[in-house]
Amino acid sequence: MSDNEKVPTELQYTREHEWLRRGPTITVGITHYAQDQLGDITYVELPEVGDEVTAGGTFGVVESVKTYSDLYAPVSGTVTEVNDAAVDDPSLLNSAPYGDGWLVKIEPTGGESELMQPEEYESFVSEVND
Amino acid sequence: MSESEVRQLPLHRYHEEAGARFAAFAGYEMPMRYSTIKAEHHTVRSGVGVFDVSHMGEVFVRGPEAVAAVNRLVTNNVGRLEDGQALYTAMCNDEGGIVDDLIIYRLASDELLLCVNAACRHTDVAWIRDRIEGDVRVEDESDEWVQLAVQGPKAMGVVGRLFAAACDLRPFTCAFYEFRGYRLLVARTGYTGEDGVEIYAPVGTADAIFEAVMEAGADDGIALIGLGARDTLRLEAKLLLYGSDMTTATTPLEAGLGWVVKFDVGDFIGRDALLAQRESVPRVLRCFKLEARGVLRSHYPIVVDGEVVGELTSGGIAPSLGDASIGLGYLPSHLADREEAEVEIRGRRLPLSVQRKPFYRRAAT
Repeated sequence: MSDNEKVPTELQYTREHEWLRRGPTITVGITHYAQDQLGDITYVELPEVGDEVTAGGTFGVVESVKTYSDLYAPVSGTVTEVNDAAVDDPSLLNSAPYGDGWLVKIEPTGGESELMQPEEYESFVSEVND
Repeated sequence: MSESEVRQLPLHRYHEEAGARFAAFAGYEMPMRYSTIKAEHHTVRSGVGVFDVSHMGEVFVRGPEAVAAVNRLVTNNVGRLEDGQALYTAMCNDEGGIVDDLIIYRLASDELLLCVNAACRHTDVAWIRDRIEGDVRVEDESDEWVQLAVQGPKAMGVVGRLFAAACDLRPFTCAFYEFRGYRLLVARTGYTGEDGVEIYAPVGTADAIFEAVMEAGADDGIALIGLGARDTLRLEAKLLLYGSDMTTATTPLEAGLGWVVKFDVGDFIGRDALLAQRESVPRVLRCFKLEARGVLRSHYPIVVDGEVVGELTSGGIAPSLGDASIGLGYLPSHLADREEAEVEIRGRRLPLSVQRKPFYRRAAT
């Protein structure tokens, strides 16, 4: 996987290793780095459509064989879509973290976490790694 | 423990070359995984894998009274061993609490090898030295030995290519073999639920024996396996982990280890307390399987009839059971025959099935 595929340039990132893609709604997932650190992901717990999430608040959990990690919402808003395919097959988060392994879509209502641009996230991850 | 106290294994560079992810465990930088835990797990269940478990403690008790002296410290009967035989045992305190679980190898009538948990090594050595009596020497040689566990259905084929006679070792026996001028101890023991051996080698021959094992197993697809898969493998096989499933607050009778407590072969530390507890053991170890989506983890509360009655002491994924989540934990004895319970995960109660037997047993060979 190239660096561009590890940290796609069209996305923004949180310190908790979620990504978001802006569009009509905001799509959220976990980063390549996050899935790599977690290892085999075996379980994903997500909110339901219509649930409210708060920027910086938890909205779900991912569990791997070894550990579990809370998911943090990058923006406040209403959940409009949940990726049931990822709930059914959590390995999608490993194999396609920016594609089929997306988690939720959120209709923003204002309020965002501190977000990083791709190059910031890249250096953030390399510092974490040191 | 500060970072500067974390030590590297003698074979560290091989783990780095194999792409290991490391984590500190028991004072060592230990390889947790090389590929993925699930893939490594399946390698051991279907083929052969190698674990570098050089962090484990090797404590030798030597002297004419070694057998009798050690027998007073542990619950099992070391006196029944002949040279080249081994047993699993608990070492208890006066209250019957488990200080450590260990394997004892009788190498000679005046020499025993105690393989102890890495995290317990220093407390064990101090414990033994404080209490052992008789004409013996207690020598902690943990830093002088590496230990490689070669495990899986294809393990004995690999071992046979290195030491032809080792194929004749029965379970829980061991023998010394010559290897490039060194004496290695090969024991048919393990912690995975699979067949295989543990090789104890002097540090001086660590690189050579490691390379020889990898070469002997190349055609069988031998691979390094990390501590992550070691945990999923042992959990499926109901092999207990010291510090999680048993501590000084647990007795062997509670932990389902009554079979390693021999009351009829003389006194040992903890015997009186265990004899008293035998009349009414307060709780029992059970295997749990989550009958819903999610993952069991240690310390999650176990609920029966709406009441929290205990907690899980281990939990994780069982790759051999289609990635179901399983765990170990304790139930009060009056609930010992329950086949169903609940677990509380982040405020939600989810169904558990309960059983006494391990979830995984390898097919008879």
